[in-house]
Amino acid sequence: MDWILPPGASTFAGEIDGIYYLILGITGLAFVIVEAALIIFLIKYRNRPGRKAYYTHGSMKAEVIRTAVPAVVVVMIGILSGGVWDRIKGRDSIPAGAYPLAVHGSQFEWNVTYPGPDGTLGTTDDFSKRNQLHIPVNTPIRVRLTAEDVIHSFFIPAFRIKQDAVPGMEIDLWFEPTQTGEYELACAELCGLGHYRMRAAVTVHTAEGFGRWMTDESQTVAQN
Amino acid sequence: MAHAAVMRPPTEAEVGAGVYNEKLGMWVFLGSEVMFFTALIGSYIILRFANPEAWQPPGEVLAVPITAVNTFLLICSSVTMVKAFASAQDGNQKALSLWLLATVIIGASFVGVQAYEYRELIHHGFVPSEGLYGSTFYIMTGFHGFHVTLGVLCMMFVTWKAFRGKYTATDHRGVEVIGLYWHFVDLVWIILFTIVYLI
Amino acid sequence: MATSAATIEHVGHAHAAEPSFIRKYIFSTDHKIIGIQFLFMSLLFLLFGGLLAMAIRWQQGYPGSPMPGGGVLPETMAPGGILVPEFYNSLVTMHGTFMVFFAIMPLLVGVYANYLIPLKIGAPDMAFPRLNMASFWIAVPAGILMMAGFFVEGGHSGAGWTVYAPLSANPEYSGVSLGQVFWCVSIIVLGLSSILGATNYITTIINMRAPGMKWFRMPLSIWALFVTSVLVLLAIPILSGAVIMLLFDQTIGTRFFLPELGGEPLLWQHLFWFFGHPEVYILILPAMGMVSDIIANGSRKPIFGYHSMVYAIIGIAFLGWIVWGHHMFQSGMNPTLGTTFMISTMLIAVPSAIKVFNWLGTMWRGNITFTVPMLHAVAFVAMFVIGGLSGVFMASTPVDIYIHDTYFIVAHLHYVLFGGSLFAIFGAITFWYPKMFGRMMNPVWGKVHFGLTFVFYNLVFFPMHSLGLEGHMRRIYDPTEYEFLAGVQGTNEFITIAAFLLFATQLIFMINFLGSLFRGARAPANPWNDNGLEWVAPSPPPHGNFAETPTVYRGPYEFSNPNVEEDFLPQNRKLPGDPEPAALAAGR
Repeated sequence: MDWILPPGASTFAGEIDGIYYLILGITGLAFVIVEAALIIFLIKYRNRPGRKAYYTHGSMKAEVIRTAVPAVVVVMIGILSGGVWDRIKGRDSIPAGAYPLAVHGSQFEWNVTYPGPDGTLGTTDDFSKRNQLHIPVNTPIRVRLTAEDVIHSFFIPAFRIKQDAVPGMEIDLWFEPTQTGEYELACAELCGLGHYRMRAAVTVHTAEGFGRWMTDESQTVAQN
Repeated sequence: MAHAAVMRPPTEAEVGAGVYNEKLGMWVFLGSEVMFFTALIGSYIILRFANPEAWQPPGEVLAVPITAVNTFLLICSSVTMVKAFASAQDGNQKALSLWLLATVIIGASFVGVQAYEYRELIHHGFVPSEGLYGSTFYIMTGFHGFHVTLGVLCMMFVTWKAFRGKYTATDHRGVEVIGLYWHFVDLVWIILFTIVYLI
Repeated sequence: MATSAATIEHVGHAHAAEPSFIRKYIFSTDHKIIGIQFLFMSLLFLLFGGLLAMAIRWQQGYPGSPMPGGGVLPETMAPGGILVPEFYNSLVTMHGTFMVFFAIMPLLVGVYANYLIPLKIGAPDMAFPRLNMASFWIAVPAGILMMAGFFVEGGHSGAGWTVYAPLSANPEYSGVSLGQVFWCVSIIVLGLSSILGATNYITTIINMRAPGMKWFRMPLSIWALFVTSVLVLLAIPILSGAVIMLLFDQTIGTRFFLPELGGEPLLWQHLFWFFGHPEVYILILPAMGMVSDIIANGSRKPIFGYHSMVYAIIGIAFLGWIVWGHHMFQSGMNPTLGTTFMISTMLIAVPSAIKVFNWLGTMWRGNITFTVPMLHAVAFVAMFVIGGLSGVFMASTPVDIYIHDTYFIVAHLHYVLFGGSLFAIFGAITFWYPKMFGRMMNPVWGKVHFGLTFVFYNLVFFPMHSLGLEGHMRRIYDPTEYEFLAGVQGTNEFITIAAFLLFATQLIFMINFLGSLFRGARAPANPWNDNGLEWVAPSPPPHGNFAETPTVYRGPYEFSNPNVEEDFLPQNRKLPGDPEPAALAAGR
């Protein structure tokens, strides 16, 4: 079965996928060693006529080694992970000047509010779109995530970003897409009967493309 | 000769807790009760720290003086319970029965006063759905009251048995066990009174 | 040899005045009967939970297609046999609910704590036999109520077995009202049953061990059940409190978890997982304990590192209280908390690793016979390793960003709960069946069932890791909504077919279990040549268990002891030179 991750399209993918493969390597090795030992023991020490088991209650030395090694390994994984986590989810991790968006999850759609041509949220040229997330490539994007009714979860697999949206809370997250193209945003927290179709289209434009899209959209909004 | 020395740990067994089964069992069970009230009280503390504006100052909504008297009553009932247990140990049937009866009466009065309090509060619009203050107040005091009520019912059963002479100096396990529960319920109330009414 | 006047009286009493059928088998205070009652009840719920899983798998494999047999379901659930999304959400919710609360927990604790504890510590029954009876008869209405939730208006709860608020607390959001109420009340009632049970088990183990049965001579199954009972005692009340708050939010308008007027949705998660993490150790520790007993028996060797095994059980239980936030890494709670929970979670891998190594150490240089229980116990180890290692991925906070709420988690939890707990349960059922029913289960069919289950089980759940790594979310009615999942729908279909085969295979176990009750070979007192005290008593033991209270001279795993010719040495067999236990000498 496939243990390779699908291609990532954000700056997080490198770090997250890296930790994943490190853990895969370590656990994979542990898996092989333990299961191989198990199978070898089952074959080598199976009952045969005249065989007697070796009477022992254990070995403290073996136990200490076999305890210390996993302990050191998992703590090491934890420390490495902690650094990556801080850079992605830490309260101070959002790059200054990140492009601001507001996303409001409700049963069963994602409402994305854009800052409009002035690039600032909360001004009169803001506009919203349903289930459409448009962003420029190679630009840090900041999302203020809110929820209308129940808990939803903002999940873009290709960007390796997931954040629960909680009613009554304003949660900030960020990411930086690295490839243009079409992606999908899914809800990753059971939110009712429409949970399975709470899907938004994510479009990563080139910088110029995004500028053109923004101009077109705000003109359309201004006309209406 | 059937079970000898029932107020001691079981014979024919390894050294365990050093007390008879029923007493150990009640202590163990009270551990679960501690966790239950921790869930309710812990939630109250968390919600209150996060939303202090949802609470009125003490005394504005709740009737502190009456409840203070009620608290004193409940403490008295623990005293009568202690006296009952001492009487049981002495084998004094009459005193045991009367002290138990006193505990029942005081305990029932506590519940009655609480019920009256609830009626008054609801009448003045302070209901569970009014917000965080109401939600937490009613769930904590309500479940405490529920536990006191159950305690009073069990205490009535124990009292009835005492009047029939079922407890002796050598076997009064029921008295000690209900006493443990009663003291626990009293202790929870002292905590609740402090953090709900006084703070 | 000590004589227990009380015990003889007890046993004699059983012969003198034979209780009616009702007192003996329905409203019995005998821990063995109560254990068997839990066994039948739990196996029924296990079957039901499996049926729900089949419906889930049908929808995942063939979304939108009419389910075979779906025509019997009402229009609100599956018009024309096609499941509707609300019903699908109820299916996943109820599969989890029934499996956790009404199958695995009662199978491990309700059955084996009840059945094994008095027998294996040398006691005539539990400390509080009538309370024990109450425990069972309180669980039954809880189960009936939980079933009833399917038939009320609005259907059953569809908020996941974790019933997160606000979805679960406000019928306007879920469309479910009475069903959620039933769920809550059922869980509260079941919680009472569990707490009363735990009180009984803890008191019994502390106070009623036979002379010589010191703490560090208790079998690991009993240590595990003891520690599990402490977890039940302390964790279930938290759930009860939380569920009561949820019930009130839903019915009388309180505001604990609803943000309008100040409630905190995250408070529900903290409360639930503060219970929920100890709960998962409740679901694995007894299995680990019984597996230890069975592996020592199957290897004809003492458990490797018995003391460490005890400390590992205690360590897992202790650490289990401080890891709950790892279910909430992406919840919006303070990210720094995430880091602290990650560290504690990583640490809990350590005592688990100790146990795995010691099971291996027990088999090393042993003399292994592949009895059906041993096969299951070995499979437990192999599968638990996979489940445990997959846990390392989700313990890492950044990796969890990607795999949280995906099928990777589903794979992990099924590797530990099915590959782990359920295999242990199959092994335990087979191992103690002769003691319970006086007959042996058929070993040939036992091996066939084991082999097929092992193969199909891995075909179902191993690919789920891969689904999760593609980003496949949990609890999704129709995965084909998403282009990024188009490539793995074939895997979904594969898993579904394997799941049907897995379920069908359980028919073999059912027939073996039920048929052997009447046609199984008569069992001797000690068919596995084991050392535990339960094998001293006849198969099945009478009311009161032992004609005389046993005296214990050694630990439980003295297999291949050089001082005797046989490769086993029961705990109560006195060898020349064995001192009498102090408890007897004191003549209390």
